[in-house]
Amino acid sequence: MNVPRFWRRIPNRYNLIGTKCENCNTCYFPPRSVCPPCRRKGVIREYQFEGSGKVITHTTIYSAPEGFSKMTPYVLAIVELDEGPRLTAQIVCDPSEVKIGMRVKSVFRKLGEDGPDGVIYYGTKFIPA
Amino acid sequence: MRDVAIVGIGCTKFGEMWDKSFRDLFIEAGLMALEDAGMSGADVEALYGGNMSSGVFIEQEHVGALIADYSGLISNSVPSTRVEAACASGGLALRSGIIAVASEYHDIVISAGIEKMTDVGPEKAMDALAAASDREWEAALGATFPGLYAMMARAHMDEFGTTREQLAQVAVKNHYHGSMNPKAQFRNTITIDAVISSPLVADPLRLFDCSPITDGAAAVILVPAERAREFTDTPIYVKAAAQASDTISLHDRRSLTSIDATRIAADRAFKTARLQRSNIDVAEVHDCFTIAEIMAIEDLAFFEKGRGGPATLAGETAIGGKIPINTSGGLKACGHPVGATGIKQAVEIVEQLRGTAGKRQVEGAEVGLTHNVGGTGGTVVVHILAR
Ligand SMILES: [Zn+2]
Repeated sequence: MNVPRFWRRIPNRYNLIGTKCENCNTCYFPPRSVCPPCRRKGVIREYQFEGSGKVITHTTIYSAPEGFSKMTPYVLAIVELDEGPRLTAQIVCDPSEVKIGMRVKSVFRKLGEDGPDGVIYYGTKFIPA
Repeated sequence: MRDVAIVGIGCTKFGEMWDKSFRDLFIEAGLMALEDAGMSGADVEALYGGNMSSGVFIEQEHVGALIADYSGLISNSVPSTRVEAACASGGLALRSGIIAVASEYHDIVISAGIEKMTDVGPEKAMDALAAASDREWEAALGATFPGLYAMMARAHMDEFGTTREQLAQVAVKNHYHGSMNPKAQFRNTITIDAVISSPLVADPLRLFDCSPITDGAAAVILVPAERAREFTDTPIYVKAAAQASDTISLHDRRSLTSIDATRIAADRAFKTARLQRSNIDVAEVHDCFTIAEIMAIEDLAFFEKGRGGPATLAGETAIGGKIPINTSGGLKACGHPVGATGIKQAVEIVEQLRGTAGKRQVEGAEVGLTHNVGGTGGTVVVHILAR
């Protein structure tokens, strides 16, 4: 992904800042600027997530595209945050350790890089809690 | 709205076609379809071309004009439209053509699909396909396409007890079907052992659970049903063309073990066609990964939820079984040139309903279904065709 597209969302990516619709109290991560059930009735505010949740499903990636291939095998999961929303993230643990239902918490980590001389991307991963 | 019929079909050989360009492929499929309908290019009034990612694969956009130009249709200045919905681009091109004829906007329309994927290396191809997921919130975090389907497989195994062997049997069965299809990329048969000992791609999915990178093109000719007999003795009628959308990201879905857009598009299609699941004699479903076929046959309600794996292992989805699935070899063995797949599925069903499918013929097939998925289920198109 190109740098501006990544950079634009850095506060959200680094600090797990999403949005909340104050009309229906639904929390969104990744952030949404339109609340699908409320649409124009929605009142969208920034929302800081606690960073705790559980693994809903997971995989271990053995074959990855450029930028991630040096990190294989790595664990990828869908995590449900305690505030409700689900997101896709890497879990920093041994592949044999990850289980459906496992409690996890967020950490700030390097995500990947654009080749040896390219940009290094940082963001949120999760570790077993 | 008026009824629509398919009166011509064309499909190139699928595979790694290093000596064939993007242009060569669509010209071959298009001419085959015109010849099959006994038409000339001058009869064509509009063209819809399904293509996912020519910009990445061959560094060429604006392929609607390119296709019209090099197919020799530019002399009529036909409207030529590229249609994109990732791996469902072909299915959408078919539906767009059907709507154009049904609405009486045009009488004779070509719906085609094409993807030329092997001009770039496998890493770049993988990255191009990852663009069908949410680039910002899935791919940028390390998700791959096999990885997303692997997470569905893990959830399905956990919820329904689907086994590694049941997943493998999808690939074994589709290779067996592909072995009887001269157009298929892979014509070798494989065993369950070969699948479960192939290299891990994204646990629990292995290399032989995944559809390949493929070049290919396919085309169909659509006309008003009342004119179909002018062109063929065996018109195949469109009974339904349904489409549904869902979230682009897997993590935002209601369920990880079911593709809701499949259930909804199928319900819409069966309602329009006024048919039951039991009326379907043969179906081409979107088996980009083995788990995808198991979820598809459940979400299309050919089998109860959770019964897809055991039914596959019992042979109920093989030719000769209760409902033969993917007689072409599916995406797994016939190959998956993403933009062409949805049209190839229709070509296969037309062959089956005409009774010209050769060794893989389903005896007496009268009604068939195609199911084409974009991404991990953000777009689904279902067509029902009948003799
Ligand atoms: Zn709301």
